[in-house]
Amino acid sequence: MQLELSAEDAAFREEMRTYFTTEFPQDIRDTVLEGRELSQEQIVRSQQALNAAGLAVPHWPEEWGGRGWTDLQRHLWHEEMQAAGVPTPLAFNASMIGPVIAQFGTEEQKARFLPATANLDIWWSQGFSEPDAGSDLASLRTTAVRDGDDWIVNGQKTWTTLGQFGDWIFTLVRTDPEVKKQAGISMLLIDMTSPGVEVRPIELIDGSHEVNEVWFDDVRVPGDLMVGELNSGWTIAKFLLGNERVGVAPVGATKRALATLKRNAGDLLDDPLTRARVAELENELLALELTALRVVAHSAGGEPHPASSVLKLKGTELQQAVSQLALDLAGPGSLAYGAEDDSEVPGWARRSAPTYLNLRKASIYGGSNEIQRQIIARTILGL
Amino acid sequence: MDFTYDDEQTALREAVRGLATKAYGSFEDRRQVVAQAPGFDEAQWARLAEMGVLGLPFSEDDGGVAAGPVEIGLVCQELGRVLAPEPFLASVVHAGGLVAAAGSPEQRADLLGRLAAGEIVLAAADTSPGDRWSADGGGVTAAQDGEAWTLTGVRDPVPNGARADHLVVTALLPDGGTGLFVVEGSAATRSDYAVIDGSRAARVQLDATPAVPLGEPGHDLRPTIATISDITRIMGAQQALGVMQAQVASTTDYLKSRKQFGVTLNSFQALTFRAADMYVSLELAHSVVDWATMVVGSGTRADIASAADRVGLQVSRAARHIGQEAIQLHGGIAMTAEYSVGVRTAHLAVLEQWLGGAQHHLTRLAATVTDHETVEALG
Repeated sequence: MQLELSAEDAAFREEMRTYFTTEFPQDIRDTVLEGRELSQEQIVRSQQALNAAGLAVPHWPEEWGGRGWTDLQRHLWHEEMQAAGVPTPLAFNASMIGPVIAQFGTEEQKARFLPATANLDIWWSQGFSEPDAGSDLASLRTTAVRDGDDWIVNGQKTWTTLGQFGDWIFTLVRTDPEVKKQAGISMLLIDMTSPGVEVRPIELIDGSHEVNEVWFDDVRVPGDLMVGELNSGWTIAKFLLGNERVGVAPVGATKRALATLKRNAGDLLDDPLTRARVAELENELLALELTALRVVAHSAGGEPHPASSVLKLKGTELQQAVSQLALDLAGPGSLAYGAEDDSEVPGWARRSAPTYLNLRKASIYGGSNEIQRQIIARTILGL
Repeated sequence: MDFTYDDEQTALREAVRGLATKAYGSFEDRRQVVAQAPGFDEAQWARLAEMGVLGLPFSEDDGGVAAGPVEIGLVCQELGRVLAPEPFLASVVHAGGLVAAAGSPEQRADLLGRLAAGEIVLAAADTSPGDRWSADGGGVTAAQDGEAWTLTGVRDPVPNGARADHLVVTALLPDGGTGLFVVEGSAATRSDYAVIDGSRAARVQLDATPAVPLGEPGHDLRPTIATISDITRIMGAQQALGVMQAQVASTTDYLKSRKQFGVTLNSFQALTFRAADMYVSLELAHSVVDWATMVVGSGTRADIASAADRVGLQVSRAARHIGQEAIQLHGGIAMTAEYSVGVRTAHLAVLEQWLGGAQHHLTRLAATVTDHETVEALG
C-alpha cells in the first residue's frame, strides 16, 4: 500500500496539468468553468486541439493515435482535464465508435474512419435507443433488409444526443427477426445525409435541445458499412458499453462543480447547515475518487475491479446532489432562468434550475442506476 | 500509488484470520467467552502474543516488531470480522500507542515489552461522564507532592478497565495542559459492566491515587494524545470494515438460502437492490479506510487528524446503513442474541463511539470547508 504517485506518474500528471491549464484554448475552458453551454464549433475546436497534442484518443490502439498509457495514467489525464475545465473528447467518437471500429472493423473501415473520428472531422451520433427499447436495448425494432449488396433500413431511434450536429450515426439494426432477440442484431454505419434520414429535435425539461429522434425511411446503406459480422451487433454493443474502466464516474467534473459553487455561494456558506452539506458532499466525493483510483490501479489484468460498478451509481448521485445544492443556494434567483444576460441575478443562479433538471438524466443513461444495482446484485453478490 | 497488500502483509492476514476463525468461527464460542469476566479469552490473548500480533506497532527496542499502520489495520479488520473480543484496539493500539508515544525508554521497554508478550493488559482512561471525544484530560486532575504524583477524578467508560493491569490516564496538570499517567489497576476503585456488544468497560474512580507520569513529568501532551486518539479511530474504522464485510457476506448468503413463499429471498428485487446498496456503502468506506491508513504512515499530525475526521464520518454512516439493513434483510432471526448478525450491528454501534460518530466529525469538517477549494485524494 502506498499513497504517493510514482515519480513517473507524478511527472505525467504535471505534464497534463501544464498542457490543460496553459496551452489549451482559454475561451473553451472559461465556457466550461462558468457552466455555460459549449457551441458546436467549440466542441470541434476542443477535440482538434487535444488531437493535435496527442491527447484525444490515448486509449485507442497506438497505430491509430493511442498512447499505450496505463489505466492510472488515463485516469490522471481524465481528472486533470476535468479539473481544468477542458471538455472531454466527444464520447460518441472517442469512447464508443472509435474503439469499436479499431476492434471489429475492416482495414478499409479503419483507414476511412479512424483518423477522421479522432479529429472530429466526422461527428458521430449513437443510434441505439428506440421508443420501445430503452434499458431493454435488445428489443430494438429498426430493421435492415438486404437488397443486393446494400441494406435498406427502416425504423426510428431516439435520445440521439447532439444528433443535430451528427455527420454519421452508428446504428443497431435488426437483421434477423426469427432468432432470439440478441442474436439478430447488427451494427451499420449510416451517413446522415443519406436520403430518408430525418432528425427531429426533442425539447427537454431544462429547455434545451440536446437530444433528437432519428427516423429512417427506406435508407440505403452500402454493405461494406456493416461493422463486424452479420448478427454480431449485440456482442459489439456490449463491448462498446462495457469496456470502460476510466472516467465511469464524473469525479473531476463534480469536484470542480462543487468548488465553483463554494466560490459563488459567498456568505451563504456562513450557514452551518450549508457548510455541513458541503462537507458531506466533499467527503463522499473523496470516497468516490479513492474508489475510482482503486479500480484503475487494479484492473491491469484486463478484468475490471468489482467496485467499478459502484462508480456510475454513486458518481451520478453525487453529480445530482451538487446540482441540488446549487438550486437550494440560488433560491428565488433560480426563477430568473429566462432572464437576459444583463440580469442582476448571477449566471450560476440563473442556470441552477435547468442544470438541476438536466442532470436527472445522469442516473438514467448509460445503464440506469437500477441496472447498476442489478449488475451489483447479480454479478458481484451472486444474488 | 497502490492499494494492495504485499506478500508479507497477505501472509500476516492469513495467519491472523486463521487464528481468529479457529477461536470464533463459531459464534457460539464467542458468546461463551464474553458471557464471563474478563469478557475475552486469556488463552487467545496469549496466542496473539505468540504470533507477534500484540507487539506489532512497537519498536524492536520496546519488544515489538515496528510494523506499520497497514499491518495493524489488517489485524483490526480480521478481528472485527469474527467479533473477536480480545482488546487489541483498546489495549495495544490505544493504550499501548500512548505509552509508545509518551513513555520514557524504560517505561516503554517495561510496559510494551510485557504487553507484547501477552503478560499484561493496558487500558486507556481518557473519557469522563459527559465527555464527547475530547482529549483535554478534563474530569481527572493531577497533583504533585515532591516526586510523587496522585490523580483524582472519575473515568467512565474505560474499555476493559476492570481487567487492565495498568491504566493509562489522561489528567489535567497543576500548571495547565494535559499529562499522561500510569496507574496500577488494583489501586483504583473499579466497577465492571457489560457494553451492548458483549465487551466490557468500567467506571474507574481515582481518589488521590498514586500515579507515575509517562515521560517527562508536567509536560503538556495534548498533541500526542490527540494524534494517538486519531490513529485509534482510523484503526477502529479498520475493525468496522471487517465487521461490515461480514455483514454484507452474511446478508448475501441469507438471501440466497432463506425461502419464503416457496422461493429464495433473492427472487425479490426489493431485497437484492438493498443488498446492492449495502455493497456500495461498503466499497466507498473501504476506499476511505485504506486511504486514512496510508495517511497514518505518511502524513503530518494535521493530516492524520483530518483523515480521522473523514474516515470517522464515512465509516459511521456506512456502519449505520449496513448494520441496519443487515438486520432488516435477515428479519427476526437477526434480533436474537444467539445469531451473529444483530450482535455485529451492536458492535458497529460501539465502534462508532470509538470512531467519534458521524455528527462529531461532520461538525469538525464543516468548519473547514472554506479553507480549501477541493479535497484532494492524491495530495
